[in-house]
Amino acid sequence: MNDLTPISDVAIPKIGCGDLPVLRERGQREVFCGLTGIVWLHRRIQDAFFLVVGSRTCAHLIQSAAGVMIFAEPRFATAIIEERDLAGLADANDELDRIVDQLIERRPDIKLLFLVGSCPSEVIKLDLSRAALRLSKRYTPALRVLSYSGSGIETTFTEGEDACLAALVPELPASPAQSLMVVGTLADVVEDQFRRLFAEMGITNVGFLPPRRAADMPPVGKGTKYILAQPFLAGTAVALDHRGATRIAAPFPLGAEGTALWFKAAGRAFDIAKSKIDDVLAKPVARARAALMRQRAVLEGRTIFFFPDSQLEIPLARFLSRELGMVLSEVGTPFLHREHLAEELALMPADVQLSEGQDVEKQLDRCRAAAPDIVVCGLGLANPLEAQGMTTKWSIELVFSPVQGFEQAGDLAELFARPLRRRALLKV
Amino acid sequence: MQLTLWTYEGPPHIGAMRIATAMRGVHYVLHAPQGDTYADLLFTMIERRDQRPPVTYTTFQARDLGGDTAQLFKNAVADAYERFKPEAIIVGASCTAELIQDDPAGLALALDLPVPVIPLELPAYQRKENWGAAETFYRLTRGCIGAFPRPARTTDRLVKTCNILGPTALGFRHRDDLHEITTLLGQLGVSINVIAPLNARPSDLARIPDADFNIVLYPEIALNLATWLERQYGQKFINITPIGVGATRDFIAKVAELADIDATAMLTQTASRLNWYSRSVDSTYLTGKRVFIFGDATHAIAAARVAADELGFEVVGLGTYAREFAREIRTAAKLYNIEALVSDDYLTVEAAITAANPALVLGTQMERHIAKRLGIPCAVISAPVHVQDFPARYSPMMGFEGANVLFDSWVHPLMMGLEEHLLGMFREDFEFHGDAAPSHLGGKPVQAQPEPVLTTNQATAIWGADAEAELKKIPFFVRGKARRNTERYAAEQGTALINIETLYNAKAHFSS
Ligand code: SF4
Ligand code: SF4
Repeated sequence: MNDLTPISDVAIPKIGCGDLPVLRERGQREVFCGLTGIVWLHRRIQDAFFLVVGSRTCAHLIQSAAGVMIFAEPRFATAIIEERDLAGLADANDELDRIVDQLIERRPDIKLLFLVGSCPSEVIKLDLSRAALRLSKRYTPALRVLSYSGSGIETTFTEGEDACLAALVPELPASPAQSLMVVGTLADVVEDQFRRLFAEMGITNVGFLPPRRAADMPPVGKGTKYILAQPFLAGTAVALDHRGATRIAAPFPLGAEGTALWFKAAGRAFDIAKSKIDDVLAKPVARARAALMRQRAVLEGRTIFFFPDSQLEIPLARFLSRELGMVLSEVGTPFLHREHLAEELALMPADVQLSEGQDVEKQLDRCRAAAPDIVVCGLGLANPLEAQGMTTKWSIELVFSPVQGFEQAGDLAELFARPLRRRALLKV
Repeated sequence: MQLTLWTYEGPPHIGAMRIATAMRGVHYVLHAPQGDTYADLLFTMIERRDQRPPVTYTTFQARDLGGDTAQLFKNAVADAYERFKPEAIIVGASCTAELIQDDPAGLALALDLPVPVIPLELPAYQRKENWGAAETFYRLTRGCIGAFPRPARTTDRLVKTCNILGPTALGFRHRDDLHEITTLLGQLGVSINVIAPLNARPSDLARIPDADFNIVLYPEIALNLATWLERQYGQKFINITPIGVGATRDFIAKVAELADIDATAMLTQTASRLNWYSRSVDSTYLTGKRVFIFGDATHAIAAARVAADELGFEVVGLGTYAREFAREIRTAAKLYNIEALVSDDYLTVEAAITAANPALVLGTQMERHIAKRLGIPCAVISAPVHVQDFPARYSPMMGFEGANVLFDSWVHPLMMGLEEHLLGMFREDFEFHGDAAPSHLGGKPVQAQPEPVLTTNQATAIWGADAEAELKKIPFFVRGKARRNTERYAAEQGTALINIETLYNAKAHFSS
């Protein structure tokens, strides 16, 4: 790495993103809706079931986003609204109760059921929170029923996870004890690594939201300090604040630098001595940097263009520019949360072009004009851009794969390097 | 409401997209929320198309609902026209927009664009993908006829011409079927007027009435249109799906009849290897293999005929997820003395396959997963599609080459002839011990997983030591089946203890 400054000495200037120009777009968006979050959430919370109340489109979306239909009986399903429900021939609430009965009979192992709202259920004003209360009463204590909206009119892609976690927060057990809560879905392997590092630093009372099992909800209260592991959790943070918890501001744990700053912020919040933190982080930081070194050869000096997708774009761009020497072309995000991203924005190069929202045709024009070395985009755009001679990285993989933390920093860089390496290899 | 784990068909606007994406010069403006843009990836990822589908989504949000979603729609149509300059525009609503009732048709027509604007009414809460495709193809063709100039039809042409109707984007092997059938028609000397919707332009649709007759390649997509064209223009149509040697010959004979040509030469030659491969002694082992068939109605019915008449299988299950074709599939099932299964409930299909206990499943990607869990060989014969259903190589289902493809792709998953025989003979040799599987199956023993969902209340009978020992003598590759059949028989007979007698009674019962 060119930058030999020890990470601990990187000062985070206190500026807002008012300093960075942001292009705001409102046009056709080419992004998934929040229902998509079910694909990773159902794998994370292993005894939860997600029942979308929606249309055939919603069922088809999840099935298509899940890609392969590998699970005999997946822990998600759709209650498809039919003509008779709309025509008032059937009472939608009775129908929903009937479907949940059917589901629970089939899957008595389910401990937590989410009723997930969709555009159709919202437009017909089907009150899923009331339905959830009613069903919770009926099935208590074997099953808890909660609701949230993953609809495309309310949520964009990862915001579905935000809505889901925000629905969980009021359910968390109360505790005044000092504790750290890591918020945002992480792969199990990453959670285990993080727990080990926190333990070495001397922070032992650590909870993760969402947990792997419904019974392991982390307690929350005035003594809780929470740190976001994902940048798209605006609603969840508000809900946690209401429970008395306080947020630890930090960049996100992507890359060696981001992860180190994230751990340092947590350590400082728990008054861990700086030397102790540095001690604990030294080895994993060195390992991560060595791993990044190998990818830097492929990525340094290359330009990258982000289409808006998961809200991970800004932390990713920060990582790629600072630790791998990539040159940022446009960095698009579906929504820019200024407060949660303040530490990230402070680390961004001053000349970066940020864009918020989307008008996909205009953005494609800008992308073609910029002719970047690599484009990060959704699955609908990737092959058409490749056919025009661009190199692309599908953004959805960045959400589905374990990329957070020191040990994954190299893998994360590899996700960007691989398409470039591949393009160089092919002689056809 | 209907509880759905996996769906066989998307909503009807996906069908409309399959038509628009297949064509050139058409643009589709869809009033829909942002999440509905997932549909693009079906075409760009599954079918590996190198262009985005020609679809503009309005992607309205909750905050727009109070305001003016209608204006949003109007702007989207106007912008799409400006940017893409299509020759025809189709407009419609997805499930959510259907509820907010913005009247896309009226809004688009009010723009007074200089190209035909064809509104679609696709009821998202009643209908599904194939219906949507058929309706779109019909509406679009009706809308284009008359909207484009066409040369006057010359009566008394010497050579009769036909249209090929049905191939779409995201169709199961449509690309290769079309190549096979156009080649076949070329050999017959029949000229083709229009192929649609694949690669057709709106102005081509306007020329459809010029042909002498229509070929309905995929009834799910083109039967509605062909029926209307017959009423309107007196165009006869052929609705024989040329899958398998017999059906291809029937198809050729019918084409010859309508085109007024002599096809004797082509009908007497043996154009497919299937005929000989199926007669060769190695194939003796295929005799009476129990096969379960499920898919869209056209492919399922055609596959049943090939399975029974051209491979000598026994059709033990036949079904479709397409209710629109329930009558056709029921009629076909009668030929095999079975009850047709008409259901789009994945779990019902799984239960039916488990109960039928077939040696081979011919189905969709869904049945492939079911078969994998049950340890039954499977070949995919129908949509819904998967990236694997767009192979790089030429791989039609239709015509004589299609018959070759069917032979290979259905027979290879089964344990083949001599190989099966040899395994039986040498099964006690150490290399062929009961846990070994044929190397072509990938090294891992294929084991049927017990399916908790399907357990019935019948108590499972207990195996006596003698019967258990006897069971071990049965070749391993049929042992699982023998065990299941015996247990089923015992349950049916109310037998609590399985002895050698029960085992052989069951064998006799199931082999009759
Ligand atoms: S955008 Fe709305 S209607 Fe479309 S899949 Fe998502 S929730 Fe369903
Ligand atoms: S070696 Fe393989 S291919 Fe040959 S007979 Fe055995 S299993 Fe079949």
